[in-house]
Formats: sequence, structure tokens, C-alpha cells
Amino acid sequence: MEIPYTVEPRPDTGLFNAKLGIWLFLASEVMLFGALFSSYILLRTGAPAWPHGRDEGLNVPLATLNTLILISSSVTMVMAWASVKLGDLKKFRLYMGLTFLCGLGFMVIKGIEYAHKFETHHYPSTNTFLAIYFTLTGLHGLHVLGGMIVNGYFWGPGAKLYGRDPERFANRIEVAGLYWHFVDLVWIFLFPTLYLL
Amino acid sequence: MTALVDETLAHGHAEHGHEELSFLRKYVFSQDHKVIGLQYGFTSLTFLLFGFSLMMMMRWQLAYPGQPIPWLGRILGETNAPGGIMAPEFYNQLGAMHGTIMVFLGIVPLAVGAFGNYVVPLQIGAPDMAFPKLNMASYWVYFLGGVTMLASFFVPGGAAQSGWTSYPPLSDIAPTGQTVWLFGMLFLIFSSLLGATNFITTIVQLRAPGMTWMRLPFFVWAQLVTSFLLLLAFPALQAAAVLQGMDRLAGTSFFLPSGLSVTGQLLPNSGGGSPLLWQHLFWFLAHPEVYVLILPAFGIVAEVIANNTRKPLWGYRSMVYATVFLGFMSFVVWAHHMFMTGMGTAMSTFFQTTTMIISIPSVIILTALFISLWGASIRFTTPMLFALAFLPMFGIGGLTGLPLGLAPTDIHLHDTYYVIGHFHYVVAPGTIFAMFAGIYYWFPKITGRKMSDFLGRLHFWPSFLFINGVFLPMFIQGMAGVSRRLYDGGYDYSHAQAVLHWNPFMSISAWLLGLAQIPFLINLFWSIKKGAKVGNNPWEATTLEWAAAPSPPLAHGNFPAIPTVVRGPYDYSVPGAPADFTPQHHDLVET
Repeated sequence: MEIPYTVEPRPDTGLFNAKLGIWLFLASEVMLFGALFSSYILLRTGAPAWPHGRDEGLNVPLATLNTLILISSSVTMVMAWASVKLGDLKKFRLYMGLTFLCGLGFMVIKGIEYAHKFETHHYPSTNTFLAIYFTLTGLHGLHVLGGMIVNGYFWGPGAKLYGRDPERFANRIEVAGLYWHFVDLVWIFLFPTLYLL
Repeated sequence: MTALVDETLAHGHAEHGHEELSFLRKYVFSQDHKVIGLQYGFTSLTFLLFGFSLMMMMRWQLAYPGQPIPWLGRILGETNAPGGIMAPEFYNQLGAMHGTIMVFLGIVPLAVGAFGNYVVPLQIGAPDMAFPKLNMASYWVYFLGGVTMLASFFVPGGAAQSGWTSYPPLSDIAPTGQTVWLFGMLFLIFSSLLGATNFITTIVQLRAPGMTWMRLPFFVWAQLVTSFLLLLAFPALQAAAVLQGMDRLAGTSFFLPSGLSVTGQLLPNSGGGSPLLWQHLFWFLAHPEVYVLILPAFGIVAEVIANNTRKPLWGYRSMVYATVFLGFMSFVVWAHHMFMTGMGTAMSTFFQTTTMIISIPSVIILTALFISLWGASIRFTTPMLFALAFLPMFGIGGLTGLPLGLAPTDIHLHDTYYVIGHFHYVVAPGTIFAMFAGIYYWFPKITGRKMSDFLGRLHFWPSFLFINGVFLPMFIQGMAGVSRRLYDGGYDYSHAQAVLHWNPFMSISAWLLGLAQIPFLINLFWSIKKGAKVGNNPWEATTLEWAAAPSPPLAHGNFPAIPTVVRGPYDYSVPGAPADFTPQHHDLVET
């Protein structure tokens, strides 16, 4: 027997299963990052002195560039979903490819930042600021990586589903998009917290 | 009417030939919620038995401190038990792993993974869980977490030994086993996250036509709220585990204060961290976790009581609202575990107030269940015996919690055996008895056969007696001020001398309790093949899993046809109805 509402939304809830699933997953992610942000606040308020990001070698211009890259990737992600909805697989490939490249660009710049810090002997063990910096950005980086794997899959082999069931494929892109926007949003909170405040 | 139901079911059964799957796909990497539920069930029962065995070993050291353990002493090895006498480090490992295994690998997977998985889709009239692949993944990640935890006994320095709460700074500087514990926890948290997402989606999306919110069996409500707790509370521990992992592996100082020295040596860490931060994050998970342990038990007991009193549950709606309210409140009571940390009286006042408030919904649920018994012609079946025993046992567990929730009385009782007695009354004769009720109750659904009532009674009465023998004296010892986690059970402390004689009594009760589980194990395995065959609805129940699905339910899809629900879950003894139970999908006018 088929499981209902995998593609079409259930009339009384207005949702298909995976859409509810991803929102629940994101709620849990909010709690995860919320717990870490709370830890940040508790550690900072409990510290006798708290360094500014630039004193610890944080590169604000590079991070600003990264912020722009990630925000752009959210835009291309929406365009990718819209293209599938409009039935244009070629455009979908273009926008999804751009999204993936933005993710890659973000990770490369993050890698440059990390490498620079290690060169100047700034490690997680150096002080509490760097400890929470590496933990938060590292965990966020893992989330970006996870999103890139998913996006890469839908750009490549996952797109075969479009031929069989375009509606279901569009749903999958929507769900992947919701996750990607969340990852973007986390960075929008991380950037000012760690680099500017 | 039963005959009619059986007939239609048999008819449906014949029509649906099921596709052949390989052994591996059918029993090992199955995506069928029923098989996954059973996998969860057998794995978690094994872990429960294992966790209990650890405690039975500890109880030897508590009753006869410093004496070699008979038989087992030599097997444990020279590091763990030199000369057969349990080493203090090993005692600590057993304690930490007993708690971890019982909570995270035993009861939660049994209550949610096993019962939730098997029963929820059947009760709401769904063909399966919403995400079968995720369901399979959730079991296998749980399994991986379990293997990781077991493996931690064999790393240098042994398993985690900082208690199941893993408080820093001790846990930060403990041997490698603690790191393995953290990785094991990450697996378990990830597994329960997948499970919780799946349960909520299933309950919201896959309810059969006509299954409105107020027609959901109470068990489903309990599972729904439980899933929300798992979904939103567990990430805090995930964050805490990541931070502690960083402390242990990357040399950070999230939980290490400045100037910490160990055996006279200043630690090389940068310092600046806060041990209290761990406690906040840990209890933000672990208090809702308490309700994760108890809500499914409420659910099972409610089902069994409604069925065996042959009456609708008294105050079903109040119970549902109480459960939802309890779910919300459980997020704002966590610091009542921390009254003694010096976090300040303002904080204590806030958290003791919320704690008193959260006791109200539990009392509402328990009271409703008690009143449900009023004037009923009770069927004393084996599941009903366990469900009835649950009520006063949970009552003792809950009421003894009140003095712990009030800061002034907690000062005396904190970290004593009183605390151990309190939460074990909630979880052991409380939750575990409810789990037994559930096993005896749904066994005929799973196998089409009934478990032996004689062996069931042989299991129930000794268990009921001995479990009280284990936990009741703990209140006496605790009020005398005997601390928990003492390697010698208080032997070296003058204030404990007057209550020390209870130690052998509790230990012997614990071992006898272990023996009392033998009839259950025999019953469980014997009845799978040899139990008395029963019809589809042997308990004459109203909920869909009994009334609309064959026993066992169809391999893929559960129901011959998805039923349409027309009434509430507990329409027992409806005046004018042809039988004393009216299934949820039966329209009285038509029949």
C-alpha cells in the first residue's frame, strides 16, 4: 500500500510529508544552534574580558564577502526551484550549479581563513573566544558541506527523478531549499556575533 | 460482530498477496514499521537486561564492600576487579553505564522506538510511517550508538565513569572512555532526532479519514508530545556533547574554569569556561527526557485500563490537555536539578515554582486513570495487573519528587539515596511495569498468540514484591543522609551506620528481582511458537490496531483497506450497542 501525501499536500494540513519533516528537522536545528548561541552568551557574560574578533585575527572583509556569497546562493536556490516548477530543467541545472559553486566558494574562503589562523597560531585551545569561534563556524561549515552534497546530488544523478515525477522532484528541491536557507540564516547570525560584536 | 470483523479481515488478507523480499530486506534492513519496531524492541530489551546486570554487580559491592564477588569476580579481570574485589574505578564505570544504558539504550528506544513504531501507525490507521527509510536509518544509527557504548568498556581506562550526567570538570579530564561515550551519545541523539521527525509527521499527516485530533487514542497523544520533547530537547545535549568533545579533543576550556589544578598540577588549559554551563545544557535535555520516559508509559497504561475496565477513559480531554501542557512546562523546570550549585535564590525560586506547576498535569493524568477504575467490572488480565501496579508505584515516585522540587527541602535530600529511590520509582516500577503491560497487551497483535497468564502472574507478583524491596529502603537511607555514588554504600560514614543493614536487604531483593524476570523471558520466547492462538481482537478492543487490522497486521500496509473513523477511541459499553465495545470505524446505525 502506498504512503499517502508524499507528493500532493494533505488537504487539512496543506503540507506534503517531507515539507513538514524538514520544518521539524529545522526546528531541532534551531535548538542546536540556539543552545550553542546561549553557551556563547553565558561564556561571554561570565568572562572578565572578551576580545573583539579582529584582535584575534578574524578577517572582516573576507567574512563580508562570504556573507554576500551565501545570500546570493539562497537567491539562486529559489531560482532553481522556480525553474523546476516552470518545467525548465536547463535553467534549473544552471541555477543549482551556481548554488553549488557558491557553497564551494564559501568553503574555500572559510578554509583560507582557518589556514591563516593556524599559521598565526590561533587554535581552539588558545582562548575561549577562539574555542567558540571554531566550534560555531566548524559546525556551520559541516552544515554547508551537507547542503552541498544534497544540492550536488540533485544537480547530477538526483535530477533523473524529474523525468519520472516532476512534481515530486520539485518538492525535493523545495525541501533542500528550505534547509539551504536555514544554513544561510545561521551564518547571518554568526557573522555579526563573531566578527563585529 | 467479532466474527464479522474477522471474516472481512480474512477476506482482505487473501486478496493482498505480498511481494517477496530477500531475507536481508525483510528482517535486517526492513523498512516496515512493524519489523523495525520489533528490532527496537528486542535490542532495547537486551540492553535493559544488560544494564540491570551491571547494577546487580554493583549491588554486591554495596552489600558486602571489599569482599570478592563470587563467580563473576575472576571473569572481570585484574584491572577491573583485582583479586575478585571490585575496583573503585570499575564501580564508577558500572554506575555511569547503568544510567546511560537504561535511559538512552533501554527505556527510550523501548517506549518510543518499539511501542511507538509498532503501534502508532496501526492506531491512526496508516499503512506505515511517513518516512520508512528514515525509520530504518534511525534504528541502525541507534544500534551503532549501542555498539559504541558497549565498545567503550574495552578502551584503555575503561568506560565512562563520571556518572550518566557526565559533569565536568571530572568528565573533561576522565580517560578515553568518556570520548567514546560522547560519540555514542551523538549517534543516539541523531537517531532519536530522525525518529521524532518521523513520528510527528506520521501522526499529523497519515491519520485515517475521520481520525480527528480528539479521536486519537491517548497513546498516540502521548507519543506525539514525547516526539516533540525528543525533537526540541535533545539538541541541547548534542550541543553540550560537541562542546565537551572539543574540550577533550581540541583542548578548549568550555567547561574548565581558570586555575583548575588536578593532583597539585595546574592544568595547561586556557581556562575561562564554566562547569555550570554543562549542567544547564545537560538538564535542558534531561528534564524533558524524564517526561520522554513517563509519557509513553501513561499512554500504554491508559490503553490497557480503558480496555480492561470496559469503560471510556474518565476525562480523556483533560488528559490530552494535561499532556500537552506538561510537554510545554517540561522545558522550564530543568534547573531544579541544580539548587545546590549556587546559581542564586532568584533562579531557585523561579524553578521551584515551575516545578510545582508541572506536578499538576501529572496529577490530573494519574487521577483520571484512577477514577477510570471507579465502578468498572475490571478484567484482571496480566497486562492489567502491571497497569494497575503502575498507578500507585508512579504515585510514590511522583509524590516523593515534590520535596526535591522545593529548594529548602532539596538542600537536605540532594545527592542522597532518596533521589535514587525517587526517580527509580518513576522509571522502574513505573515506566518498566508499563512496558511489561504493553508487551503482554500487544503480544497477540504481533504474533496472533497469547502469552501464558500463569507465567505472567509468576512474573508479576515476585517482581512487584522485590522491586519495592529494592527501592523503598532507599528513602530511609536517603533521609538519614547517605549519599549516592558511594563506592562502599556508606560503610565508612558514621551517620550511615544506623541504616547500613538495609544494603544487603536491597541487594538480595535486586537479585531476586533478576530471578523474577526468568518466567517473563520463558513466556516471551515460548509463546511466540507455542502460545494459545487467538483471533484478531482477543481483548475486544475498540482502537484500530485491534479492530481493523488482522493479527499480525499485513506485511506492507497493515490494513486490508484503510478504515474510516467515525467515533472516539474508547467507546466501551455504549448503551444499545450490540457488544460492549464499538470499534472506532464502526457506524452503529449501519450495523
